[in-house]
Amino acid sequence: MTITLNGDPFQLAGLRTIAELLAQLELDPRRVAVEHNLVIVKRAVYDSITINDGDTVEVVSFVAGGSSPRWTTTRA
Amino acid sequence: MSEDTLTIAGRKFRSRLIVGTGKYSSHPLMARAHEAAGTEMVTVAVRRVNISERSKESLLDYIDTEKYFLLPNTAGCYTADEAVRTAHLGREAGLSNWVKLEVIGDEKTLFPDNQALLDATQRLVKDGFVVLPYTNDDPVVCRKLEDSGAAAVMPLGAPIGSGLGLQNPNAIRIIKEFATIPVIVDAGVGTPSDATLAMELGVDAILMNTGIAGAQSPVGMATAMRLAVEAGRLGYLSGRIPRKRYASASSPVEGVVGR
Repeated sequence: MTITLNGDPFQLAGLRTIAELLAQLELDPRRVAVEHNLVIVKRAVYDSITINDGDTVEVVSFVAGGSSPRWTTTRA
Repeated sequence: MSEDTLTIAGRKFRSRLIVGTGKYSSHPLMARAHEAAGTEMVTVAVRRVNISERSKESLLDYIDTEKYFLLPNTAGCYTADEAVRTAHLGREAGLSNWVKLEVIGDEKTLFPDNQALLDATQRLVKDGFVVLPYTNDDPVVCRKLEDSGAAAVMPLGAPIGSGLGLQNPNAIRIIKEFATIPVIVDAGVGTPSDATLAMELGVDAILMNTGIAGAQSPVGMATAMRLAVEAGRLGYLSGRIPRKRYASASSPVEGVVGR
């Protein structure tokens, strides 16, 4: 199945939850925030939120910066 | 003199210099500059993780969050909706409910959009955030932000990254007079004397990024800025002499030899 991850198509194979997605991306769950279909997902429920075909997921983290160009078109 | 601390939303800081994390040539250099600045609060941006080519190095490996309070910002947001969304993501990624709120209205000047800034401030205060809005040097807007529940106001000294120094010291002074919350000059400081001048006006703190990160020696400039902020603060607290048009001798007028 395919989801939209940070604005781009992303193939999910054998993954069902936010926690599994972060693990595959090798991201430390304590250092990111996740939005699932425009709703912020609390860290405590990464294990139980299921991702479905066509879903939109945003994964953000802190980066160096004060002011910079529009964030929606910027890659970290 | 008793300990002079900066208090924002009940949280105390000994340092009145808040610094950014952008524009350093490396993370280790940034960490050394933060150390030299003696800062206790650093601001960070919130961005999408780059999925396809992710750097192994994380910014947070170079910021000791036991030592530095993290202030997520909404830099790069051009609407209240974007800023509110980014603030919520920053709260989830971070350790607190504080946000340096930026809602930019113009790409060339990076001046804030007052109306959207007020809107976003009201919404985030309602959502339980400690909101520190980056604003124009407009006393009326600053008063409205305070009335909306902002924890501090952060008027610009000059355009972001310009290094021009305070363009309107009188407005900054009036903002400070009006405000009952801390006033933090954010942006435009280029030199230590700019920082000292701002502090001499009585503002509570200064936030700067480019002035340090863009200097030829960021560590040297961070040290200079720390001293400049301290000097300006102490000068303000000590009460300057009144300005006079003519000289007044500082030596006795009697007993001058040969007269």
